[in-house]
Amino acid sequence: MYRIEKAELLANNIFLMVVNAPRVAKHCLPGQFIIVKIDEKGERVPLTICDYDREKGTITIVFQNVGTATEKFSHLKEGDFFKDFVGPLGQPSEFCKEDIEEVKKKKILYVAGGVGTAPVYPQVKWLHEHGISVDVIVGAKTKDLIILEKEMEAVAGNLYITTDDGSYGRSGMVTAVIEELIQNEGKKYDIAVAIGPMIMMKFVCLTTKKLNLPTVVSMNPIMVDGTGMCGACRLTVGGEVKFACVDGPEFDGHLINFDEAMKRQLLYKTEEGRSYLKFQEGDTHHGGCGICGGDE
Amino acid sequence: MADLLKKVPVREQDPKVRAANFEEVCYGYNEEEAMKEAQRCINCKNAKCIAGCPVAIDIPGFVSKVKEGNFEESFHIISESSALPAICGRVCPQESQCEGKCIRGIKGEPVSVGKLERFVADWARGKGLKPPAPAASNGRKVAVIGAGPAGLTCAGDLAKLGYDVTIFEALHEPGGVLVYGIPEFRLPKEEVVSAEIENVKSLGVKIETNVIIGKSITIDELIEEEGFEAVFIGSGAGLPMFMGIPGENANGVFSANEYLTRNNLMKAFLDDYDTPIARGKKVAVVGGGNVAMDAARTALRLGAEVHIVYRRSEAELPARVEEIHHAKEEGIIFDLLTNPVEILVNENDAVRGMRCVRMELGEPDASGRRRPVVIPGTEFELELDTVIMALGTSPNPLISSTTKGLDTNKWKCIIAEEETCKTSKEGVYAGGDAVTGAATVILAMGAGKAAAEGIHRYLSSK
Repeated sequence: MYRIEKAELLANNIFLMVVNAPRVAKHCLPGQFIIVKIDEKGERVPLTICDYDREKGTITIVFQNVGTATEKFSHLKEGDFFKDFVGPLGQPSEFCKEDIEEVKKKKILYVAGGVGTAPVYPQVKWLHEHGISVDVIVGAKTKDLIILEKEMEAVAGNLYITTDDGSYGRSGMVTAVIEELIQNEGKKYDIAVAIGPMIMMKFVCLTTKKLNLPTVVSMNPIMVDGTGMCGACRLTVGGEVKFACVDGPEFDGHLINFDEAMKRQLLYKTEEGRSYLKFQEGDTHHGGCGICGGDE
Repeated sequence: MADLLKKVPVREQDPKVRAANFEEVCYGYNEEEAMKEAQRCINCKNAKCIAGCPVAIDIPGFVSKVKEGNFEESFHIISESSALPAICGRVCPQESQCEGKCIRGIKGEPVSVGKLERFVADWARGKGLKPPAPAASNGRKVAVIGAGPAGLTCAGDLAKLGYDVTIFEALHEPGGVLVYGIPEFRLPKEEVVSAEIENVKSLGVKIETNVIIGKSITIDELIEEEGFEAVFIGSGAGLPMFMGIPGENANGVFSANEYLTRNNLMKAFLDDYDTPIARGKKVAVVGGGNVAMDAARTALRLGAEVHIVYRRSEAELPARVEEIHHAKEEGIIFDLLTNPVEILVNENDAVRGMRCVRMELGEPDASGRRRPVVIPGTEFELELDTVIMALGTSPNPLISSTTKGLDTNKWKCIIAEEETCKTSKEGVYAGGDAVTGAATVILAMGAGKAAAEGIHRYLSSK
């Protein structure tokens, strides 16, 4: 059992939890993820690590309420427990393994979309702690969905916030901000790291390809065990099949077949939608109606 | 007078009924049937069956106690060699082990050793019997990686010798393949697997779930920081293989590992569990081993028409005869001498079929089996919505890549001495699928047993 030390509503439907998991906290690095399961009957849900405290033995996770599992998570409070919490899974970000002096020479641009701000944060923080200042673009649909702004401000070099509807910061998509910074504001970067919904990462990669800016993305496909056993998370990267859980989750974004990845992500939408609706409405609704939003 | 050439038949669930449920197929013997079957054992002086058993159970010994109706004593005899008899009685390939060596088998059917073992174990569980208590603790810590058949056996044997054993399990439940791989209808989880794991725990073995060795902690840290004097690696098979044909990443193509894990470990077949599973209407399972049979029979129970697609002929099917027989009885269609060349997809990138070719058997290959060759001009399409690849696994590099001084072979399997399970790294032993590649439950148990002896000898001389 893994105790929830803190539970907080960050924004509409976006939650932050600090969970006691000393073995994970001792070993995790930026870029890695965990799998969490609420109870006996719950799903195994992969979530990227947002922060960690090695001394307290805690891991911070951030999730958006999008289905049965996260809906159940959202009702948990401080002092409640997750039945299972395992990790760290996947490979740490490349810079953790590189010579720090080499990393210092690079100009890095982070691009975070929505809840993707959470996994970007520990990377920016780690670099900050190692004396490296990076620029960060955070994008969200609207002002209320901007999360971790203060935390990010404390560790980022320049922080550029943008909202699709212009309600806060700059106006427009993150791709527009990338272009503005590089084409109009004279910024130069050696590498970009983009984390967010797959569709956002796809468009960031299309933009950075045009700008000749190498780009790393963090993939979040469907997975079950997270240790390489099931192969559900397979992706095509540069024409080769890779497992996101053991080979990733970070890959060269210019080599990913995003269209395939996005289609694969939709695989269980009907089943998940069904199970979500059953949970919401009891046995009266069996899903698959296509209009209730369970398939979103 | 009973026909001594034949086994006492075992009662099974009607194929038509069981094709739509997940309850156990085989009911097993009752006391009377077991005693009658035990009469068929002629108690050979030089019992070949014992040599055929990877954990060397005193088979004539326990069978003769069944003959006398002394089931309790029979259970104690089995327990000396095996911690998981109710599991082995159900899933061992007896036909190529104990029963394959049985003298009775020369003229007729061998003694039904597997069903007798199962009977004794089930009887003992019903009576609440536990294996004998272990020796007094010697306080020396041994770590076991993986709570599957190899790890559970190794841990149980070491605990009996007085060691302080902790098993580290990556998943949220102990059991390994017994829980995620083998389906409920062949091996009931709550009633049989959990109960035998409890027996291992009753010997003093601790199990810590949700620990991935190589990620949550390394072997070196277990030894240097947590005070373990020896480590046994029984981490299992690994990453599923795919064919590398076009369309394999389409929606509706699964590895057997994924399909079975969703159904068995995550219990997707039960309505009140949250994990989804694709309930196909027309499913092809590619492969002919036990895992392929398990996946096929699972898909059938989830409501599909199911085809086994295998490139060789029936004689080469690697699955156990009993599994093939059960699969056929339940209505699985066998498309033999057939090989997929492409998965066909619709406009949404979902499976709509599979293009296959017919094969014929040519000259024997390195494995001694006749090599399947394509018959030109025989391409045809199977209409499907789901394809399950049951082609075996390749080793998981999680442990070998994070442990200094642990050698692997060219297939990336951990190298270990067969007799002692000793690896290239001092104090570290390995066995089961992590060493051999995908094999059977009982071979993994045999390795776990050998490793326990190897570790005991090592620590005794240290």
